[in-house]
Amino acid sequence: MRRQIIFITLMLICVGITVWVTNMDRVGIMVPFTYEVIWMQIRRHLFSMVFPAVLIAIAIAVPVGVLVTRPGLKHLAPSVMSIASAGMAIPSMAVVAIMVPVFIAMGMRGFGISPALVALVLWGVLPILRNTCTAINNINPGVLEAARGMGMTRVQIARKIELPLALPVIMAGIRVATVILVGTATLAAIIGAGGLGHIILSGVLNRAPLITLQGAAPVAAIAITLSALLGYIEKRLTPRGISTDI
Amino acid sequence: MIKLNRVSKVYPDGTKAVDDVSFEVEEGELCVFLGPSGCGKTTTMKMINRLIPITEGEISIDGRKNTELNEDELRRSIGYAIQDIGLFPHMTVKQNIETVPILKHWSKSDRDKRVTELLDLMGLDPGEFLHKYPSELSGGQRQRVGVARSLGADPEILLMDEPFGAIDPINRVRLQDEFLSIQKVLKKTIIFVTHDIYEAIKMGDKIALMDHGQLVQYSTPADLLYQPKNEFVESFVGSDRALKGLQLIKIKDVMSDSLPCVKPEQTAEAAQTEMESKGFDWVAVVDDDNKCLGLVNQTDLASNKTVKEVMGPITATAAVGAVLNDAVSLMLSSGVNDLPVVDLDNRLVGVLSFGTVREALAKIADQGRESK
Repeated sequence: MRRQIIFITLMLICVGITVWVTNMDRVGIMVPFTYEVIWMQIRRHLFSMVFPAVLIAIAIAVPVGVLVTRPGLKHLAPSVMSIASAGMAIPSMAVVAIMVPVFIAMGMRGFGISPALVALVLWGVLPILRNTCTAINNINPGVLEAARGMGMTRVQIARKIELPLALPVIMAGIRVATVILVGTATLAAIIGAGGLGHIILSGVLNRAPLITLQGAAPVAAIAITLSALLGYIEKRLTPRGISTDI
Repeated sequence: MIKLNRVSKVYPDGTKAVDDVSFEVEEGELCVFLGPSGCGKTTTMKMINRLIPITEGEISIDGRKNTELNEDELRRSIGYAIQDIGLFPHMTVKQNIETVPILKHWSKSDRDKRVTELLDLMGLDPGEFLHKYPSELSGGQRQRVGVARSLGADPEILLMDEPFGAIDPINRVRLQDEFLSIQKVLKKTIIFVTHDIYEAIKMGDKIALMDHGQLVQYSTPADLLYQPKNEFVESFVGSDRALKGLQLIKIKDVMSDSLPCVKPEQTAEAAQTEMESKGFDWVAVVDDDNKCLGLVNQTDLASNKTVKEVMGPITATAAVGAVLNDAVSLMLSSGVNDLPVVDLDNRLVGVLSFGTVREALAKIADQGRESK
């Protein structure tokens, strides 16, 4: 209940700020962005960058995470985990910026959506990969031994035991990655990919803090909403026997 | 029948976990693998259902080598129980128990019937427990579900790795007793791994004592106690083996059935006569169905009263199914020389005295010495 109240309050504040700034006549030397432009940038932000990046990151991180926790490759898991953790310590700004020379060096356009998307995928893989490894490694070895001892095949153990037990933790990784990417995607405007970062950046460059808010408030609103939504899915995916609120 | 023929397990780094072990476990027997930790007992057990691959030698089950079968099929035909941590936390009690039946493609009605049957057998009310999750159960209940799960598809052989290990002593004794009485009916061939010598003596028809990967002694519990093969066995058994021997003797095998009893409507004088003729300083009061009503002590006696008027409550009785260990402990704590023995319906069936206990112990020790 308290969480819901906090959530609704934050949403109202964010939406309120956006509406307030949008309805102004002038902000410093600027005219505020119109609703049409804001909507366009939100769509660009989510459907050209965040969602594709999260989906690609899931498609990479979950299989890799599962792979490095298989019995034969188990020795790889610790190194993969430390790389993932260390990677998360690299500033997201740096990851985005590095993409420009990398893309140019590979003979591609260094600015626009593509390098931004690659940076976001790289960034999104890390939390999902880390959580996938942790989830599978943290399954009680006694449970797995019992499953094997009772004659479950490897596929059956993966499907009936490991997946349901690991899913909530993997889902938590996806939630963290999504929320981080909603924020990180604003940096993509620096390399010309557009999105809500474009509005923020305009505010910064034109010394119009309220315009910056006009871009930042929707970002916050989206992050909060997605976090709540994915949190709900995470809860639904948690098997009843291991959820804490039975 | 499980037969181990010169079985060894050597790990790639050269450690010999199991070293040239051979013995046979007869059908319907409960064989305890006993030994200090790291002695190879669990490894030996796991080689039977091939959780650990064998390095040398062979294991055969009912004359067939265990490598002939597909390893998953093999494991489905052998019950497997480990400490309670092995329950699947995301599955209900029912789903846990029907794991192997599902793997063996049993029909839903067969599975439902089997799960109910097993919960009844384990003393868990199906109505209450069927849809609970392991996290909602107590330690003892979890252990029971674990055993029920291992019996799921009614295997002939059970492998149990310290199944009662993670549980408090009081509940452990209760579970051991329950399991023994279940085993009396089921007559499964059981391998039971433990490091607890008391548990081994109590549960085992045979005990395989291991140390450093080698089988040190394979014998009945009595032989292990009274005919230790070498110093290791002697020290493992401990200097209090006479006390441990008490575990081996069932009250019903040694109790005397010449017991002093009177009916409540008889006179106090009759009670006195009964005491003197049987040589006790008390007499039990029983009804027509032989159920215990109370006790009359020598000091209670006053002539011209009936037994009913002078009798007091019975303070200490031994259960006929228990072992001497329990009875002696009760005798010592309640300060009596003789204990009335009752069955489950509180019917008086015999009497146990210190003299009998001593004789029984001497006899079992003698048997050990004679056969040496």
